[in-house]
Amino acid sequence: MHAARLALVVAVGSFRRYATYRVATVAGVVTNTVFGFILAYTFTALWSERPRLGGYELPQALAFVWIGQALLAATALMGGGAENELQGRIRSGDVAVDLYRPADLQLWWLAADLGRAAFQLLGRGAVPLAVGALAFPLALPTTPLPWLLFLTSVALGVVVGFALRYLVVLTSFWLLDGSGVSAMSGLLGVFFSGMLLPLTLFPGAFGETVRLLPWSSMLQVPADVLLGVRQGADAARGLGFQALWALALLGAGRLVQRAAIRRVVVQGG
Amino acid sequence: MWVRSTVAYRASFLMAVAVNFAVTGLDFAAIMIMFTHVDALGGFTVAEVAFLYGTTGMALGLADLLLGSMDKLGARLRDGTLDTLLVRPVPVFFQVAADRFALRRLGRVSQSLLVLGWSLTQLETADWSVVQVALVPVMVLSGTAIFGAVFACGAAFQFWAQDASEVQNSFTYGGNTLLQYPPTVFATELVKGVTFVVPLAFVNWLPALRVLGRDDPLGLPGWVDFASPAVAALCCAVAAVAWRRGLRGYRSTGS
Repeated sequence: MHAARLALVVAVGSFRRYATYRVATVAGVVTNTVFGFILAYTFTALWSERPRLGGYELPQALAFVWIGQALLAATALMGGGAENELQGRIRSGDVAVDLYRPADLQLWWLAADLGRAAFQLLGRGAVPLAVGALAFPLALPTTPLPWLLFLTSVALGVVVGFALRYLVVLTSFWLLDGSGVSAMSGLLGVFFSGMLLPLTLFPGAFGETVRLLPWSSMLQVPADVLLGVRQGADAARGLGFQALWALALLGAGRLVQRAAIRRVVVQGG
Repeated sequence: MWVRSTVAYRASFLMAVAVNFAVTGLDFAAIMIMFTHVDALGGFTVAEVAFLYGTTGMALGLADLLLGSMDKLGARLRDGTLDTLLVRPVPVFFQVAADRFALRRLGRVSQSLLVLGWSLTQLETADWSVVQVALVPVMVLSGTAIFGAVFACGAAFQFWAQDASEVQNSFTYGGNTLLQYPPTVFATELVKGVTFVVPLAFVNWLPALRVLGRDDPLGLPGWVDFASPAVAALCCAVAAVAWRRGLRGYRSTGS
C-alpha cells in the first residue's frame, strides 16, 4: 500500500513537472505535426500506387501516421524518458544517495515515466492527431470501445518502452557514458516500432520477426487496436503480447539492477 | 577539446558513430522497403530518390557537424553560462558552435555520401554534361549553407524563446525528410512554402531536377535551378542579422 501511494505521488509530480515545460511542449507539437504532414504525403503517394498495401486502406494508413506522431513523445521511442535523469546520476555518482532511499529504484522511475507519458499523451499527442484528422481523411473509430482498448494498449506500450530504456540506462553502471547505447536504443525504437513504416510492410521472415520484437508494442499493436485491424480475440492477443513483454523486460531490469548495484562503490567525502 | 573528451569513452564513441551512421541508414532502409512494393514513388525511381536522399543528407550532415551544437544555446541562456563566453576574446557564435562539438555526426555525412555515390552509378542520366556534374558539389555546399543558416536562425530565436530548440528540428530534420522524397509527392502549397518562404527547395530539389532532367512542379524559369548559391548567401545574411540582434538583446539571468 505504501509503495503504491509513493508511486502515485511520484507519477503526479512527474506529470506536473513536464507540464511546466510549456514552450517545449508547443515546440514538440509543431515538430510532430510537420513530420505528420510529410509522412502523410509520402504514404499517400505509396498507397495510390499500391492500394491496400500492408493490409491497410489509405485512410487507415494515414491514421497510422498520425497515431505514430501522437505516440512518439509518450512512448519516448527516441529516448528522453524520465529515467534519462538516472543516467546522469549514475555518471555523477549521485545514484548512491538514491540507493539509500527506502523506495525501490525501478518502481520509482517507472512511476516517474508513467507520469511523464500521461502528460505527453495529452500535451503532445492530442493536438497533432486532431490536426491530422482535420487535414486528412483518417479512419478513426467513433465508438468508445476501440479508444478504451487503445488507451490500455498505449499504457502497456509505455511500460514496455520504459522497461527497455531502463535496461539501457543500467548499462551506464558498466560503460559510465551511456549516450552511445541510448542513441542505439532510440534508433531501434524508431525502426522496429513502425514509426517509419508500418511493420506489416516489412517483407518476409524479416517482417515476421520484427513483429514479434518488443518494439512493436509501442506503436504497431496500439495502432492496430485503434484501427480495428485487431478486433475481439485478436485485440486481446495483442494486449497479452504487450503484457508478456512488459513483465519479461521489467524482470530482466530487476536482475540487471541487482548486478549493477553490486558495482557501486561509495567514495567517502 | 570536445573531440578529445568524446573519444575518451572509446566504446561509447565508436558506438555513437556507428549509430549515427545507422540512424540515417535505417531511414534509407525504410525507403528501400517502400520500393519493394512499388516501382516508382511520385514518378521517381529508386535511384532518383536515392540521389535526392544523398544530396540533402550530405548538406544536413555537414551543417549539423559544423553548427548542430547551436541548440545547446537554450540551456546556456537558462543557466546563465553564456556569460562565460561573452568575456572571452573569440566571437560568441564560434564558441557556441564549437560547444560540445560532436564528431559522431560524421556518421550521417558518410552514410549519405555512400547513398549518393550509389545513386550516381545507378542513374540513367545518360549524358552527364559539365553543367550537371558541376551542379552536384555546388548543390551540396549551398545546401550546407542553407541548413547552417537555419541552425543559426534557430539559435538566434532562442534568445527570445529560451527553450524551443525543437522548433528548428521541424526545419532541419523535417526539411531533410521532406527533401528525400520527390516534390511531386507533396501538395503544391507545401512545395511553394519551401521554395519561397523557407527556401529549402534550393538545398536539392531545384538543382536536382535539373541534374535528373525533370520539370519542376511549380513551372519556375530554368535559371532558378542555378540560384542555390545566391539563395544560400541570402540565408546566411539573414541568419547573421538575426544572431546579432539576438545577442545584442541578451540580458543575463542576473544570478
